[in-house]
Amino acid sequence: MMKLHFSRKQLCIPYALFLLLFVVVPMLMILFYAFTGEKADGSLSFTFANFAEFFTSKAKLSTLLMSFTIAIISTAICLVIAYPLAYVLARSRWKKKYVLLMIFIMPMWINFVLRITALRELLDLIGLLGTENYLNTIIGMVYDFLPFMILPLYTTLEKLDTSYLEAAADLGGNKFTVFTRVTFPLSMPGVISGITMVFMPSMTNYVVSDTLSNFNITILGKLIDEYFTTYDNWHMGSMISIILLVIIFLTLLATGGFKEDKNNARGANLW
Amino acid sequence: MTELKKAKTSSPLKKEEKIIEMVGVSKTFDDTAAVDNIDLYVRKGEFITFLGPSGCGKTTTLRMIAGFDIPSAGKILLNGKDITDLPPNKRPINTVFQRYALFPHYNIYDNVAFGLKLKKVPVTYVNDKGETYTKLQKLTSKEIDEKVKNALAVVDLEGFEKRSVSTLSGGQQQRVAIARAIVNEPEILLLDEPLGALDLKMRKEMQIELKEMHKKLGITFIYVTHDQEEALTMSDTIVVMKDGQIQQIGTPASIYNEPANAFVANFIGDSNLFNGTMVGEKLVRFCNRNFTCLDDFEKNEKVDVVVRPEDIRMTSPEQGMLRGKVISVVFKGVHYEITVLVGKTEVVIQNTESRSVGEEIGLDILPDGIHIMKKEFTVNKYDGYITKKNTVVFGDGEFECDVTQLYPGSRLDEDGYLITAEGEQLDLTDTDVAVEVGLTDIEISDNEDEGGARGHIVSIIYKGDHYQVIVRTEENEEDYVLDTEYLWNENDFVSVKIAPEKIRMTLKQESAQK
Repeated sequence: MMKLHFSRKQLCIPYALFLLLFVVVPMLMILFYAFTGEKADGSLSFTFANFAEFFTSKAKLSTLLMSFTIAIISTAICLVIAYPLAYVLARSRWKKKYVLLMIFIMPMWINFVLRITALRELLDLIGLLGTENYLNTIIGMVYDFLPFMILPLYTTLEKLDTSYLEAAADLGGNKFTVFTRVTFPLSMPGVISGITMVFMPSMTNYVVSDTLSNFNITILGKLIDEYFTTYDNWHMGSMISIILLVIIFLTLLATGGFKEDKNNARGANLW
Repeated sequence: MTELKKAKTSSPLKKEEKIIEMVGVSKTFDDTAAVDNIDLYVRKGEFITFLGPSGCGKTTTLRMIAGFDIPSAGKILLNGKDITDLPPNKRPINTVFQRYALFPHYNIYDNVAFGLKLKKVPVTYVNDKGETYTKLQKLTSKEIDEKVKNALAVVDLEGFEKRSVSTLSGGQQQRVAIARAIVNEPEILLLDEPLGALDLKMRKEMQIELKEMHKKLGITFIYVTHDQEEALTMSDTIVVMKDGQIQQIGTPASIYNEPANAFVANFIGDSNLFNGTMVGEKLVRFCNRNFTCLDDFEKNEKVDVVVRPEDIRMTSPEQGMLRGKVISVVFKGVHYEITVLVGKTEVVIQNTESRSVGEEIGLDILPDGIHIMKKEFTVNKYDGYITKKNTVVFGDGEFECDVTQLYPGSRLDEDGYLITAEGEQLDLTDTDVAVEVGLTDIEISDNEDEGGARGHIVSIIYKGDHYQVIVRTEENEEDYVLDTEYLWNENDFVSVKIAPEKIRMTLKQESAQK
């Protein structure tokens, strides 16, 4: 009988194939389209024109700014709601706290489109739909991505060794200074993880903005979609995708999301 | 006990010498008492150690002094002032934590400076009119620099200011933790098993350094450890705790030489513990021999006898008071630890001379080597084992018993196997058990065959409304102590009856794990 021998490396082959087919090749294609343009005769040539056009077009820049604003506000609101909740839940000795946490996390398990449609109906009911487009979009983003903020914050705060807090109090810190000097800095991995988890989808998830603003608000994700489908201009669509990719990369770099986490907050990074 | 320092007993010390006083302090967590009504005080400037096994309440006591836990009952006084409910940041007390708890997001300098940056000190000013007034003010960064530098010098870590916590070894982190605490010039330094995570050599070095630091700083150290050797080397005073209660308070020497009870004797240092009975004035019987001792107790009283291994002398078999066979010899660096089997009892001896395994030797104990402690006798305790017939053998007898109590929810099947609550089938034959029988649960009978064990009545003491009778078996001189309303005669030969449900048994292996 033939014996099958797999080295560990060989076990990775399926994933490597997947990676090649669905990540590397598409990425190369996007790069290719982004830096090429169609000449009058229909032939393709290398060009920076798409890049230049994005940063000179007022409409596109204002879409970028709009996406940024919505994402920043949504992320900030999520943080303000999620932090106290995660803090109280993590510090509480209440035995049923997992039930409460579950209630906050549960929307994640309900179909996304269904959730947004339901929210749309609700906003319609209270008369906000069609009038408050920005507000509705932000409400939608917060509603949708709040669990992604709660979870990493809760995990970090839960794992926070109470002896740090006791040490800070022991050294003369009152409740406020203990929080500002120890609890909050030590929960940073969770904060960063939560921010990246909320900020990035808030920039691109145009299903939320379309549904809740009656197509009145265009965010970057929507713009990419339009270039690929409506305008049939893959070159510009690819360029915006790459710009978005770079923005996300830079945000991660700035917040230290790539740093190897040496402290006790392991697991806080859902990425 | 020469120096029992309970607050309740009248003490020759002046009030102002006590820095911490705990009065009737208890702490319960979810209905279990971690600390149970303790009274103690700590003298200013002393090195006091709370010593005990894990779960004895020593750390909870420390945490209540620090302010992390608030007592469920009782009061804590600092210099005579009630601080029971004061939060930790308002107490002039600093703590060195078990796992250091150094802030990982700060470097060494910022860790040590943490307390100083929060501190406000009164500064006196003179205004235009020449009047003086004081203002609470933060320390200047120059003052902080100076203090941090000094504190790091005390712990031998000069130049480590910029290093991050994670680059330090355990011993160095320990020193930073100490520096971070002492830099605040607390009145009391609390140390919660601070050397637990260090290796043996490092631990020994740190013990000496801590002791020197204590002398140099002149502040009160309250130290928590489960390591009796550590407690004996470092402390001025040791508080031995068990099950949330104080067992003994005293100097290391007094606790070692005059343990208050069997627990203390067993916990502090190596010791041989024998069950003994007083048989006459300053005469105690154990290991089937009578020994002269220095302590006097009532005749026929059950006592615990402690003999330190170094107090047993080896002689020739003919000359010794006890005679036994060497069963093991271990070289311990300075001395040999020799275990001798005397009858059924193992006796441990420490001596600079060695003996060979299997050799027959004699043992001698001088009166001053025998420490006798009153036995808190409320229950008869025996070592026993289960037989094939699911009866139990102990105290030179065999008794019917209920073996299902060993496993909660279990039952017996028709073949006499035990079925546990999980449905597992067990054969209990030869299982070792610890047996306990209450004093009122034993009956005696003239009919020799009626009971499970037989012996002579060796003592009858009238206790007001009943007699306390001791029945001693012939074979191994096992004693049954019982309370009875009926008057018997000394030297009557009787049998001992115990109802099966009154025999309480616990598994031996399980109790060893605890």
